[in-house]
Amino acid sequence: MREKILTFIEKNSRVDLKELAIMLGVDEAAVANEMAAMEKEHVICGYHTLIDWEKTSIEKVNALIEVRVTPQRGRGFDSIAERVYNYPEVNAVYLISGGYDLLVTLEGKTLREVAQFVSDKLSPLESVLSTKTNFILKKYKDHGTVIAKPQEDERMLVS
Amino acid sequence: MRNPLSERIVGVPFSGIRKFFDIAAEMDDVISLGVGEPDFDTPWHIRDEGIYSLEKGKTAYTSNAGLKELKAEIGKYLERRFQVSYDYDTEMMITVGGSEAIDIAMRAMLDPGDEVLVPQPSYVSYMPCAVLANGKPVAINLKEENEFRLTAQELEDAITPKTKLLVLPFPNNPTGAVMEREDLEAIAEVVEKYDLFVLSDEIYAELTYLEGKSHVTIASLPGMRERTVLINGFSKAYAMTGWRLGYACAPKVILEQMLKIHQYAIMCAPTTSQYAAVEAVRNGDADVAGMREEYNGRRRYLMHRFGEMGLKCFEPFGAFYAFPCIQEFGMTSEEFATRMLQEEKVVVVPGTAFGDCGEGFLRISYAYSLDSLKEALDRLESFIQKLRC
Repeated sequence: MREKILTFIEKNSRVDLKELAIMLGVDEAAVANEMAAMEKEHVICGYHTLIDWEKTSIEKVNALIEVRVTPQRGRGFDSIAERVYNYPEVNAVYLISGGYDLLVTLEGKTLREVAQFVSDKLSPLESVLSTKTNFILKKYKDHGTVIAKPQEDERMLVS
Repeated sequence: MRNPLSERIVGVPFSGIRKFFDIAAEMDDVISLGVGEPDFDTPWHIRDEGIYSLEKGKTAYTSNAGLKELKAEIGKYLERRFQVSYDYDTEMMITVGGSEAIDIAMRAMLDPGDEVLVPQPSYVSYMPCAVLANGKPVAINLKEENEFRLTAQELEDAITPKTKLLVLPFPNNPTGAVMEREDLEAIAEVVEKYDLFVLSDEIYAELTYLEGKSHVTIASLPGMRERTVLINGFSKAYAMTGWRLGYACAPKVILEQMLKIHQYAIMCAPTTSQYAAVEAVRNGDADVAGMREEYNGRRRYLMHRFGEMGLKCFEPFGAFYAFPCIQEFGMTSEEFATRMLQEEKVVVVPGTAFGDCGEGFLRISYAYSLDSLKEALDRLESFIQKLRC
């Protein structure tokens, strides 16, 4: 049941518990218990909203920063990752295989704010060797959802 | 001027589905539960293969029976999913949708006066295709109390010395009925006893929802393979309706005659679609499973809502339709559907579009997002409440 719940709510976290239970053909209490258990175990880590900020009056600048770091003896990349993800402006931190080590996604109000974060906070960290900042120009798809516009139902009304 | 038309063709009625479409198309803000096709887009990897085939210049005819590569993959698929095996070289052909296969199978098998048994309610094309093939269609009226399954008794009662072919349209459009192994075994016995043939339209084979039981094809039962034309296709399982691609499997002696008609009338199924279909049948099992899971959730939701509003409906375990009973309202299906369209702007198809015995029922499709389904069901509920007042 876990997998089925997760598959469903990954795309629609606002579904009514009762409806979800009906669709899965199980008891509502069972779904509620399973959800609570998954929240407790941090399988479900949060319920967020996918927003296209471009359509609002709020300005946002998003950047993907490639960071090369020196891992620490005994702790690998974990402690430097923690240093980085504790900054509230940091959206995501991933350990990456390939040409660099950490991929940091960042959200700022202005280009300057992002630049300042990189030059004043990220780069000076002792184990950071180098950074490369990529600004996001346009989001086409995020979290498996096409941002541009909802698709119309183009089917004939009756067939 | 002489009458330019054939009497036989003029005598065939237009589809009842079509009639309703014309009314609905004139109205604004209509919400539909009337479609007979998936709401999903064709999975991207399948579309991508179609595009790639165009880029490579694969734009010529294929052989009449279809791409060898595609037929070979379908052969493997049928074994994997339904435990039935066909020689793709001599017993399989690719058609323009399942519809073409229905048409040419009847034309290949019927002589004037041969009777074709068509269980109803069922898809709109069997009766007309039988007429076009010079046959004589005979309806078998299925019953709600049997969950619209065909029983051996009903079959036997309809057989005359002229009966040649039985159409077996399961999982069923419009009722959502399925036939399980035991049901089919009983039918197979009668078919053998009276030396009949079976046209088994299994276009919804992938969409069944009985826990732990997948679709059974009658062709997989002992002695039935040589009596059966198995029809399936890509439209419903892979959400590929617009690609127009189906297939037929049959004993060589039948298939080669079908192929002859196809050769002269069609030449070959669309090449682009065939290349895309290779990808579908080779790597599409997971897509099908995902869509089936979605339909199943909506099906349960729909049945729950019917239960809440007290609308009588047997639980359908196939396709993506439910067939609720509206006899309590004292209206014909057509009146009910017309009023609901006018008053609530919801389109459903009257059961009578699928045969006279569909009177008193509606076909409701759940090939819609949950949100649309909810909105439409809310409107249906308020309509019903109004009628009950």
